[in-house]
Amino acid sequence: MMRFMLLFSRQGKLRLQKWYVSIGDKEKKKITREMTQIVLGRKPQTCNFIDWKDLKIVYKRYASLYFCCAMEGQDNELLTLELMHRYVELLDNYFGNVCELDIIFNFEKAYFILDEFLMGGEIQETSKLSVSKSIEESDMLQETLEEYMSKPAF
Amino acid sequence: MAPSSVKLQELIRLIRTAKTQAEERAIIQKECADIRSSFREEDPSFRCRNVAKLLYMHMLGYPAHFGQMECLKLIASPRFSDKRVGYLGAMLLLDERQDASLLITNSIKNDMNHNSQYVQGLALCTLGCMGSSEMCRDLATEVERLLKTSNSYIKKKAALSAVHVVRKVPELIELYIPAAESLLGGKNHGVLHSAVVLITEMCVRNPEATCKFKKVVPELVQIMKNLIMSGYSPEHNVGGISDPFLQVQMLCLMRILGQNDDEVSEAMNDILAQVATNTDTSKNAGNAILYETVLTIMDIRSESGLRVLAVNILGRFLLNSDKNIRYIAMTSLLKMVQTDHNAVQRHRGTIVDCLKDTDASVKRRALDLTFALINGHNIRSMIKELLQFLDHCPAELRSDCASGIFLAAEKYAPSKRWHIDTILRVLTTAGSYVRDETVPNLIQLITNTSELYAYTVHKLYQAVLADISQQPLVQVAAWCIGEYGEFLLSGTCEEEKTVKVTEDDMLDVLEMILQSHMSSPATRGYALTSLMKLSTRISDNVDRIRKIVSIYGSCIDVELQQRAIEYNTLFKKYDHMRVAVLERMPVIEKNSQVCSDKSTKVLNDENKPFSLSKPNQTEVKIQNAANQQTVDLLDLIGISDPSSTPVVQNNQEKMVGGELLDLLGGINFGAIPSITAYNKNGLTVEFFFEKVGNNELSIQLKAKNATAKDMKEFILQAAVPKNIQIHLQAPSGSVLPALCSGCVSQTILISNPNKVSLKMRLRLSYSIEGSTVQDICEVNNFPPQTWQ
Repeated sequence: MMRFMLLFSRQGKLRLQKWYVSIGDKEKKKITREMTQIVLGRKPQTCNFIDWKDLKIVYKRYASLYFCCAMEGQDNELLTLELMHRYVELLDNYFGNVCELDIIFNFEKAYFILDEFLMGGEIQETSKLSVSKSIEESDMLQETLEEYMSKPAF
Repeated sequence: MAPSSVKLQELIRLIRTAKTQAEERAIIQKECADIRSSFREEDPSFRCRNVAKLLYMHMLGYPAHFGQMECLKLIASPRFSDKRVGYLGAMLLLDERQDASLLITNSIKNDMNHNSQYVQGLALCTLGCMGSSEMCRDLATEVERLLKTSNSYIKKKAALSAVHVVRKVPELIELYIPAAESLLGGKNHGVLHSAVVLITEMCVRNPEATCKFKKVVPELVQIMKNLIMSGYSPEHNVGGISDPFLQVQMLCLMRILGQNDDEVSEAMNDILAQVATNTDTSKNAGNAILYETVLTIMDIRSESGLRVLAVNILGRFLLNSDKNIRYIAMTSLLKMVQTDHNAVQRHRGTIVDCLKDTDASVKRRALDLTFALINGHNIRSMIKELLQFLDHCPAELRSDCASGIFLAAEKYAPSKRWHIDTILRVLTTAGSYVRDETVPNLIQLITNTSELYAYTVHKLYQAVLADISQQPLVQVAAWCIGEYGEFLLSGTCEEEKTVKVTEDDMLDVLEMILQSHMSSPATRGYALTSLMKLSTRISDNVDRIRKIVSIYGSCIDVELQQRAIEYNTLFKKYDHMRVAVLERMPVIEKNSQVCSDKSTKVLNDENKPFSLSKPNQTEVKIQNAANQQTVDLLDLIGISDPSSTPVVQNNQEKMVGGELLDLLGGINFGAIPSITAYNKNGLTVEFFFEKVGNNELSIQLKAKNATAKDMKEFILQAAVPKNIQIHLQAPSGSVLPALCSGCVSQTILISNPNKVSLKMRLRLSYSIEGSTVQDICEVNNFPPQTWQ
């Protein structure tokens, strides 16, 4: 199971945080700081896995954003890389050539998409098509469009 | 009328224009104030947008707790946009610790029964992410009901909510077992995946559930087969592989079901072999599946052919250009090196090559694995590789590498010479990274290898000439020069090119060590003591030593000062019999060879008390040398008392010096009765006891001579069982005047923390009328109070 997922920029600014365990706010901030430090401090030629406490941290950099997932001991690290890639693909599908700015200005959409893909730290849907479809239809149910005017139509 | 509210994206833009932290804070404070007043006015129209803004500011690190109740209101609203943001807010701001979280239970329950599957989905998702155990208990049956719906969208979400419920309230596992089984029948991958996750979670938490679910193994195998064989399915395809997520999850479940079960493992054999051989390894997805397959094969009761296949897959992974794959291969091999040792041994070459890998984590694991694979046969080649590795390895691994090499060398050293060479090599390469106990251990090893004294001291001498910065090396070298300096002088060394070393050279080196700013205080201590020892082994430059010693008498370092002053005293008051211990030192000159052995003996005395009775016991390391000069064994004790060196050796070995000081508080002959330890041929030795502290015993012995002639050169040696420590202090003298007109007294200090029953073996020797008498006796009549 995934314990948490963090997205942060190269300057260490948090862009998304999803916690699948119950932790106090202060503790979350502490962990986030630590994660950011560790991941940003990694040298370029090292592998994408870090042993941290009893968890395995899997991270990957996509353009200017670092995706960082904390997995439990028995989880498959290589599959986590696939998972992160799938999430990026979903975002890309939705926003069209997604970049960090999209996630900054539409952070709640990023969360909605994530919540259609993962739930309780586990993968919920393995079909890209299904997830995209669910998001589209949910968006259609939105009564207020003004917040989302700048979202590209598909 | 509420002031016009800033749009979410407008606020984000605004915050990003802030150039300083203070500016940002000002913007946010103003916005929060506006939001707060808007909340107070209970205006529903902007609530959704306000909470969204709040969530953004929360992500920046600002407090947002005042939005918690608003989330509740949003969730209760009929509008989908409200619910969407409300539930998101609940997941971000509320966790089970907050009491407010309970208030959404009702809303979740209602929404779980909503017309729109998307609303149902929101509710299930929220429950599945942040539901507390209470909420889970309340809603468990609702979730179970939804598990049975025909809507796959809801089914999969319900299944994952059930996973969360089961995690929070394991007793509810029973509730979900029937529904979970039926979930495997569908075609929808989302449902299948969630179902497998649910079953896995239940089996992990409850072994009974595992038994119940073993019967789905054939179904799992069938699903896997379909996945692998079926044609291209675009929506589940990842790099040519059909739904790697589902495959991996199923392999994981198979692992749990097949553990410790031969029958079930048997049923999986074929499919595992198929997956292991047919999966495309060119993409990461394929390798993820292979990795999981390997883990499963190794964990269940698979047949040996399959296990070999798995280890080979890992071996191939080690050669993969992708560092991630090398990393996980290493990790997995490390896990199985104990259980499948031979299989892993076959890949030894590749593993050792990985010591040169660029990735630090791979290197570390390669190091661990290498140590695990060392055995008696490959020790030479492995250590060769490891020594090469030590030359360039990163600093954080040096200490572990050095210790590992020492351990392996100790276990499997093919020869003593090789052992010493290896240790010397480690000391010269990574000397500053070795652990503290290496120095005494190495000294012990060296002393045990009497045939290599010359070789060792020559090598150490050369090493120290080259580099005096590595403290452990310098300490050992200094000690050896002090002990075996005569070998350096004589230049005898068959192995190495014989280099003539003069006394001045040796003293130069020791002085250099003493004066170097790189030497630690401990190292200086070693050097000073060695210099002192050399004063008895060399003939020409004693004055030089004297000078050095007296200089250090005013050294700022207290330890050195103390030593120097003590040695100084040794030099000066040599005609003072009372200080016989120290006085004897100069006389050691005559029998330098013996003295080196003697200090060894005391060294071993400190480490393990040995039995004097059997000269050939391995414990009596000293006997190796003693066998060459058996006569000297007696002289060795005769020349200077064994207790003389504790003052010196104690400091070196950092042993029980402290205790010595403690015990120096007066001798009260208390309640414990004295005993006669020895009484033969006119020689009587009596023991008087005094307990000092809980585990320490002070024995004052008095030796008397009842014969008509004086007994000269009287020496007493003592040995005690293991677990007891013994220290002999300086005797008052070595002459026992005839007819009990005087006596020799000596203090023996016993430390017996394990309260083992006290026994002692005494060896006595003396000369009377020109002939030497030796005797050994056992003292068994210690009163119980001495050790209880």
